[in-house]
Amino acid sequence: MRRVAIVGAGLTKFYRNVQETPKELAYEAAKMALDSCEMKLSDIDCVVNGTAPDAFDGVHMKGEYLSDGSGAYRKPYMRHYVGGGTGVLSPIHGWFHVASGMFDTCLVVAEEKMSCAYPHPAGAFLTIFDHTTEQPLYPTLIWIFAIEMNRFMTTWGYKKEDIALVAVKNKKNAIDHPSAQLPGEITVEDVLNSEIMAWPVNRLDISPTSDGAAAIVLAAEHVARRVTEKPIWIDGVGWCLDTAYWCTRDLYYPDYVEVAARMAYKMAGIKEPSKEIHVAEPYDPFTYKELHHIEGLLLAPRGKSVEMLKDGYFNRDGNLPTCPSGGALGVGNPIAATGLMKIIEIFLQLRGEAGKRQVPGKPTCGLAQAWGDLMQVGTVVVMRS
Amino acid sequence: MEITDKMVAKTATKLSAEDIQKGKVLSVKWTPKLKYAWDNGPALGRYLAELKNGRIIAKKCNKCHRILIPPRMFCELCWVPTGEWVYVQDTGIVNTWVISYVDWKATRLDIKGGVRPFTPAVIEIDGATKGMGILHHLNEVDPWKIYRGMKVKAVWKPPEERIGAITDIKYFKPIE
Repeated sequence: MRRVAIVGAGLTKFYRNVQETPKELAYEAAKMALDSCEMKLSDIDCVVNGTAPDAFDGVHMKGEYLSDGSGAYRKPYMRHYVGGGTGVLSPIHGWFHVASGMFDTCLVVAEEKMSCAYPHPAGAFLTIFDHTTEQPLYPTLIWIFAIEMNRFMTTWGYKKEDIALVAVKNKKNAIDHPSAQLPGEITVEDVLNSEIMAWPVNRLDISPTSDGAAAIVLAAEHVARRVTEKPIWIDGVGWCLDTAYWCTRDLYYPDYVEVAARMAYKMAGIKEPSKEIHVAEPYDPFTYKELHHIEGLLLAPRGKSVEMLKDGYFNRDGNLPTCPSGGALGVGNPIAATGLMKIIEIFLQLRGEAGKRQVPGKPTCGLAQAWGDLMQVGTVVVMRS
Repeated sequence: MEITDKMVAKTATKLSAEDIQKGKVLSVKWTPKLKYAWDNGPALGRYLAELKNGRIIAKKCNKCHRILIPPRMFCELCWVPTGEWVYVQDTGIVNTWVISYVDWKATRLDIKGGVRPFTPAVIEIDGATKGMGILHHLNEVDPWKIYRGMKVKAVWKPPEERIGAITDIKYFKPIE
């Protein structure tokens, strides 16, 4: 396998309702990514696209629909989709293309426009559930996350007011992110007093409905060295799916995230992740998910993440900054684009180009992770400068 | 490179919800009218037939010896065909639950107007392997008094109203 680097990145603003079409969003992000490394579309050998349910945009075969905006005209092109885990599968999918030796460069584009679905994109999720045993009960995604959060809380005795600190931290971090949709200084009380959606999940525990796109340029080593002085290497990739019989799994711990993380750590030669990873972007569509994932990624001992959060361990100036971007809770959550936004944050952090969001200590190793489907997929990428 | 405010400024244009509602933004609305007839397969077919009879049936994996509910034709862990059918109880315990103020479309329920929140739960069914649960609703219980490990029992629709569906069980209610 060849070494693969990220050499360029692009990101749109994230908003709830944008005027631009999904194709146009994909174009903006892809163009910015190419411009950032002074490459042209003709320098790109292949394109991959990540985008979540077709039901969001209301266009079946969304990959094909987005191909033009993604710069894929008459190029080898492939779309991938693993629910919320899509955005971190995107660089993995691009990585195959280049690591295999098949292509020297790959443009990776992720897009989501969730605001199209009425009255709320949550309704589009009904059909992800089993049609015989679950759909007749009219479940919604918020329920199953609340169900998981409750299991996580009761297992470890975590309190809602402690988990709320994740929203406080991430929305504050997002103040410094130019694409952010919901940045702000909020308090734990604000989270606890926000509308109950599905206890234990309140409104400020959830990331927003978002529209947006993100893109990166991948290159094989010999190209990367020519294009940039600061390539960021994809040193480890991992992904894994658990069973779709989600009711028969113990939801307190995401085993599949651990399996994916161990795969990525092994490939990157990481023995002690909590020491060797300097900055991380775990997926945070809900407050508790960041902690759930920090434990699954072996970045904190099981049952200890809340204590560490309270001690400031995961703050931007803490021992292990998590979601320095502001995460899905602060920057916004256009599903596939969020995962790639997280990859871009680690790319910028490792290059020392994160501006006001830069974590101290010159990090050289970082991780991004996403999660999704029926609470069953984990996708992990380890990157080094 | 640093991604700056200036760079992202023109990438996406924010529309206000008000402008959309007032029709100031031109958009096309479409409601799909699609219908499906889903085949349930032999395992879930029997599961539904037994629900119609007022019973819950599971299937056993002869390799890992788990008693699987809902029943399935192959064991997803051992990747082998499952063995015999096993009747399980219509009682169980609450593994985890939620008190929902929204419906499946994220539309708010009129809680202040007295509507009871939905209380879906994962219920571990007695007789199945520990941890084997199904999704169903809880009712006849104060939502705020539900607890982990609470013993519950199925409340069935009257036999003449059952159609062979998961909703033949109306909900689960506490036993004690």
